[in-house]
Amino acid sequence: MERESREPVISIDGIEKWFYATTVLRGVTLCIRTGQILGVVGENGAGKSTLMNILGGVLKPDAGRLTIGGRAYEPSTPRDAAAAGIAFIHQELNLFTNLTVAENLHLGALPTRRFGKLRPPLVDWAKLRASAGALLARVGLHVSVDTRVAELSPGRRQLVEIAKALAGNARLIILDEPTTSLTSHEAEHLFALLRQLRASGVAMIYISHNLADVLRLCDKIAVLRDGQLISTGPTDEYDETRLIEQMVGRTVEQLFPSRTHLIREQVVLEAQELSSSCGISNIGFRLHAGEVLGLAGLVGAGRTELARTLFGLERITSGAIYLNGKLFRPAPWECVRDGIAFLTEDRRDEGLMREASVLENAGLAALPRYCQTPARFIARGRLRTAMQTIADHVRLDNSALQRQRAWTLSGGNQQKIVLAKWLLNKPRVFILDEPTRGIDVVAKQEVYRLIAELAEKGTAILLISSEIEELLGLSDRILVMRAGRMVTLVNRSEFNREQILNAALSGRGDY
Amino acid sequence: MADDRVPPLLNRSRVAVAGKGAGGAGISAHLNRIAAGVFSEYSIVVFIGVYFLAASLWLPQIASQRNLANLLVSMLPLLVVGMGQTVVLITGGIDLSLPSLVSAVSVVAAWAMVGIGGVASPTVQIVVGVAAALGVGVAVGLFNGLAITRLKMPPFMVTLSSMMVLSGLALWSTGSQNISRLPESFVEVGYGKLAGIPYAVLTAVVVGLLLHVLLSRTLLGAWLYAVGHNPTASLISGVPVSRVIVSAYVISGLCGAIGSLLYTARLESGSPVLGRELLLDVVGACVIGGTSLFGGRGKIVWTVLGVLLFAMLDNTLTLIGLEYYTVMTVKGTVILLAAALDVLRHRLAGGA
Repeated sequence: MERESREPVISIDGIEKWFYATTVLRGVTLCIRTGQILGVVGENGAGKSTLMNILGGVLKPDAGRLTIGGRAYEPSTPRDAAAAGIAFIHQELNLFTNLTVAENLHLGALPTRRFGKLRPPLVDWAKLRASAGALLARVGLHVSVDTRVAELSPGRRQLVEIAKALAGNARLIILDEPTTSLTSHEAEHLFALLRQLRASGVAMIYISHNLADVLRLCDKIAVLRDGQLISTGPTDEYDETRLIEQMVGRTVEQLFPSRTHLIREQVVLEAQELSSSCGISNIGFRLHAGEVLGLAGLVGAGRTELARTLFGLERITSGAIYLNGKLFRPAPWECVRDGIAFLTEDRRDEGLMREASVLENAGLAALPRYCQTPARFIARGRLRTAMQTIADHVRLDNSALQRQRAWTLSGGNQQKIVLAKWLLNKPRVFILDEPTRGIDVVAKQEVYRLIAELAEKGTAILLISSEIEELLGLSDRILVMRAGRMVTLVNRSEFNREQILNAALSGRGDY
Repeated sequence: MADDRVPPLLNRSRVAVAGKGAGGAGISAHLNRIAAGVFSEYSIVVFIGVYFLAASLWLPQIASQRNLANLLVSMLPLLVVGMGQTVVLITGGIDLSLPSLVSAVSVVAAWAMVGIGGVASPTVQIVVGVAAALGVGVAVGLFNGLAITRLKMPPFMVTLSSMMVLSGLALWSTGSQNISRLPESFVEVGYGKLAGIPYAVLTAVVVGLLLHVLLSRTLLGAWLYAVGHNPTASLISGVPVSRVIVSAYVISGLCGAIGSLLYTARLESGSPVLGRELLLDVVGACVIGGTSLFGGRGKIVWTVLGVLLFAMLDNTLTLIGLEYYTVMTVKGTVILLAAALDVLRHRLAGGA
C-alpha cells in the first residue's frame, strides 16, 4: 500500500504494436513506481521483448502513450531512452570486450581534460578511472578498472552493465533474462545488489523465464500472453502454478493433423551419454522409425546445440551416436549422404542461398544422387522430374516461382524451399529446428501436414520448437531439456502442458 | 504474389533483354529499360561492339586483319589465367597469386627444359617442362586452398602473401635473368598453327570448354556456385565445402600454369617478371565480364568477353599513342566502374 503512493517512474498507457498484419501488443497498460521491481513473464512471442524495445527507443508504438514524470515520453532512438534515464540490460550483454572496464563504463560520455578555458578532445584518464572505481564499488565488483572486459566472467560482466546503467544516472533499469548465464552464487550477488538499488529509489523491470526468481525478487508482476496483459498485481497474489496457468492458458483451433502415433520397433538414431563442445552433456535417447520426438526447453537449453551435434557441426567430447545400429561419427556431408536432414532455425543464413533460384536451392542437398560417375555430370532431366514431384508435394507448384531468386519469396515459401531441398534427398532422419518460426498460420499448417506424412511413411523426426502447442500436437514423445541436460522424457499418453513447461523452467521432472 | 517484392529494375530486366523491340512510352519506362540493359549480363556485348565501331572510325587500322590477329593472340594468356580466376571468384574467394605464379611457372618450366636439354630429346624436354609447370600450378593451388580452409585465413591475405613469395623466389633463383635457349618445338607453340588455327588459340578454347562444362554440367560446378552463394548453408546441405574451395584454387593454379606456358613460348624464354603486368587485369577482366566479387555469380563466357574488352582497351589506347601510365589509369578506372556496377547488381539481387 505504502509503495503505491510513490510517484510513478513511467506510465505505459494502452500501447499497441503491429508488424504487418500481426498484432504483437494489444493495449498494454502498466505503471512502474520508484523503488519498485516489476516482474514481466510470458511465453516466447508473448510480446515482452517488443514492449521493452518500445521503452528502450528501439521500436515505435503504433498506438498508446508513454509518460515519464507527467511528460509525454516519445523516444525515437536508444539515445533518447538513455537521456530519459532508462537503461536496458539485454540478454546478450552489450559490452566491448576488447576495452577495459573503465572505458566501457564511460563510453557514452568520456570526461575530457581542461586547459584553462580550452577543452581539447583529450580524455581525462585520471578522472575516468576514479569515477569508474566509485561505480564498481557501488555494485560490489572488486576488480581493477583497467581489466579488459574479455577477462571477466559473465556474472561480473553483468555487474559492469549495471554499473554502466548507474553511470548514466538511470531511474529505470530493464533487465532481460539477467541470470541465464550466471552461477547461482553470482545470481545471489546480483539479487542483493538489485534490492540495494531498489532501496535507493531505482525502479526496475525484471524479465525472466525463471519464475521462482521472479516471485522471490519482484514487488509486482505482470503476465503477458499473445501481446495482451493478462493480469498484474502485487507478488503475493501469485504463485508458480498460477503464473504458468496464465502464461499458457489458451486453446488452439485444430491445427494439427491426426496421426496414428504408432512407434515402430526399429531404432534409427540413438544417442548414448552424448556430450559436446557446445555445452550439452549426457544426452541419451532412441529415435524410432516413424516417430516424432519433440524437444522442449527454453531458449538456450541446448536443443539447437543437440541438433548441431547430431549433424556433425559440433565436436563430440564424450558419448556416442548410432545410426541404424552402427557407430556414427558424423560430418555434415556424411549425414546428408546417409539420409539425415537438418532444417535449421536460421533460415536466412543457414538454410538458403538467397540470391540463387528456387530450383538451385531445392536441388542442393540431393545433387550427388542425381550424378553419373565418373565425371559426376548432373542428370538434369531426372533431377527436374523429381523436383516437380516434390514441388507438388510441398505445394510450391507455380513453375514461374521456381525461377525466382529465393529471397523474393515470403517466409512460408522460403521454408517450403528448404523442406523441398531435404525431401528430395529422401531423409530417414529429419531434424527440424523451429520449422514454423516466422511463417503464417496457413504455411504452418502445411508444415505440420508434411511432418505428419513423413512420419507415417517411416521417417524418424526430431522436432525442436519453442511453441509448446506444436510439440504437444505433433510429438509421440517429448524430451525436455534445461541447461544442456535432459530433464525428462514424456510419452504421449502422459502429455501435460503445465508439467512440461514446469520441467523446462525449473529443471524438475515430476513425472 | 511474391513478385511484388522484386525491385522494378530487376523485374523488368528479363523483359527488356528478351524483347528489345517492345516499345516503351514515357521517360521513366525508358530509363528503367536503360538501367535494365546496364544491369543485364550481356550489356557488355553491346558495349564491346559500340566501342569497337567508335574506335575503328577514329583509327581505321584497328580493324585491320593483322591488328585483329595480334589482338586475339595477345589476349590468350590473360584469358586462360582469367578463366582460373573466374572459378575462384565464383566460390567467393580471390586468387591474387596468379601473376606471380605465371612468372614462377615460366622460370621452372624453362629451367626444367633447358636443364635436361643436353640429355633428352625435344619431345621429352617439352613433356618434362609442361609437367613441371602443371606441378607448380597444382602445388601453389593446394597451398592456397589448404591455408584458406585449414587455417581459416582470408583468401586475400593468403594469395597476396604467396604472390610476394613466388615473385621473390622467381627473381632470386634466376638472379633476375631470363632463361633462354628453349627447345625450338616448344617455341613453336607460341606461333605455330594447326589447320590455320594457332596452337595457343586451340589451347585456350579447350581449357575454356572444359571449364564451361565443369561449371555448368557437373556436381563440382554446382558446388562451386553453392559455396560462393552461402558457405554455411552449403555445409549444412552436405557440400564438402573445404574440398570444393581447395579444388577451386587448384584449378586456378593449373590455369595459371597453362597461361604461363603460352606466355613463355611467345617470349621464347623463361622470365622471372613475366605476368607482372597482369596484376589486377586478371581480376578486373572477370569483374568487367560480370563475375561477382561476392561469389555465386560468374561464367566462362563472361570472362571471355571481359578479357576481350580489356585487350581492346589496351590495344586501342596504345595505338592512339598513350603512355603506359595513362593506359594504366584508364584501365584502373574501368575496373573501378565495373566493381561499382557489381556492388549495385549484388544489392539489387538481394545481397545485404
